[in-house]
Amino acid sequence: MNHFPEAWGRPRNDVYGAYDHSYLQTTGPKAHTSSPAVTGTSVVGVKFNGGVAIATDNLASYGSLARFSDVKRLRTFGDKAIVGFGGDVSDMQYLDRLLASMDINENYSPRGNMLNAKNLHTYLAKVFYKRRSEFNPLWNHVLVAGFDGEGEPFLSSADLLGTTFSAPHLATGFGAHLAVPILRRKFPEGMPLEEISQEDAVQALKDCLKVLFYRDARSIDKYSIAVVTKDGIDLKEDEQIQGQSWAFAERIKGYGAQTV
Amino acid sequence: MTSLMGNQSRGETIGYSFSEPTSANVKQHSFYPYTDNGGSTLGITGSDFAILAGDTRSTSGYNINSRMVPKVFRIGGDDETGEGAQVLLSVVGFAADGNALKEKLDTMVKMYKYKHGKPMSVSACAQRLSTILYEKRFFPYYVHAILAGLDEEGVGALYSYDPVGSYEREQCRAAGAASSLIMPFLDNQVNFKNQYIPGSGAGHALEAVKAEPLPKDTVKQLVRDAFTSAVERHIEVGDGLQMMIITKEGIEEVFIPLKQD
Repeated sequence: MNHFPEAWGRPRNDVYGAYDHSYLQTTGPKAHTSSPAVTGTSVVGVKFNGGVAIATDNLASYGSLARFSDVKRLRTFGDKAIVGFGGDVSDMQYLDRLLASMDINENYSPRGNMLNAKNLHTYLAKVFYKRRSEFNPLWNHVLVAGFDGEGEPFLSSADLLGTTFSAPHLATGFGAHLAVPILRRKFPEGMPLEEISQEDAVQALKDCLKVLFYRDARSIDKYSIAVVTKDGIDLKEDEQIQGQSWAFAERIKGYGAQTV
Repeated sequence: MTSLMGNQSRGETIGYSFSEPTSANVKQHSFYPYTDNGGSTLGITGSDFAILAGDTRSTSGYNINSRMVPKVFRIGGDDETGEGAQVLLSVVGFAADGNALKEKLDTMVKMYKYKHGKPMSVSACAQRLSTILYEKRFFPYYVHAILAGLDEEGVGALYSYDPVGSYEREQCRAAGAASSLIMPFLDNQVNFKNQYIPGSGAGHALEAVKAEPLPKDTVKQLVRDAFTSAVERHIEVGDGLQMMIITKEGIEEVFIPLKQD
């Protein structure tokens, strides 16, 4: 019997050898993220007359394993803006905490949280750029939706390298390949925002999510969708893709063991 | 040291079924901190003006990120309107570095004005930009920058840079994805390279056409021609052309549509 309580419940040294501290060392080189672990797939967003709509599915994958099927990847920032996260989920949770604490701090100021979506996007992009410059990236690609300083609908993207761009419709990850062409066809870039209704924008996002569910192996048919207007944020987090039709799948030939 | 010994002892004392890590302490970064956002920029000077232009497409790989991401910026002016700026900067390459560089130079030019009570000259600004780039010699801003303004005599001034700060004053310069397509065109049309006066000598011993500063409208048209041609042959160039013309009257900005294919 070992009479030292700190050793109780520990693997015995005479059987397993002394504990190897190299597994959890506090000194030595600092480990940086060199690849993401648990990841979220595409985020899609579109501007319309009077606001912005944004959507993601609720899946967090671990490689090809659909690990967590109820992860909300749309996060609100006060009642002003919304961030859609793609990429590493733990980095998303870190950024969400960062933004939540910033929101609380801002609310202590005399006029409350005055930061709009554009300010938030600038901040996030700088956080990403700083971290990539330290070779310790936050492995995300995010879309920020809300309003700018002039009260115009705002939709912009920022990624792990600090790259930023803005467009009437945006998508990250697989969505950049599959959703953006659908959105560009529905709402050509020259089209004035006044001609795009909220209903059309939301329907377009749902269509995009359905196509992504059909073709993106790291996706799921449960999704979150948010609409930001002057009245505030309308966030729905437990939606289900409706009207699936897998009839097309029978016509797909040329993969696997079948002979065409 | 502890971890090195730890790694060696690990496999010997405990019979793990998984393989031991090889080459204990050497870990490679698989994170590459750069990307290429495509696009091209172009600057040409005249006797009393300078033009800086760039396309507005942003790409990553074969994707078009956006059709409207300007690459030419006013430096040292008002944050929102750019009013009061006397220098122009274009950046092409890695857009995030480009933005960081632009913001740094903009801050420097403003600090100079607050400290000395006069705007920074273009030549001083050019030297400062070189220093900013060289400061990051071993983790460079992955951009080709072009700086434009009017010198002390009011003549158009154009400075071009490599990513680590080597710079040179020139009459004209193309940078970015389609620079190898545009630059030879500029050599011929701005500096009149390979142009000879017919019948000025026997055989091939002809007299070269002398280069002289071109009028503003000619240069504007050259810039448009350079970009419409580059769009045809380079997939990373297109969508829109942003042109900034700096004269003693101020800065004029024009946007012209380009092909979106």
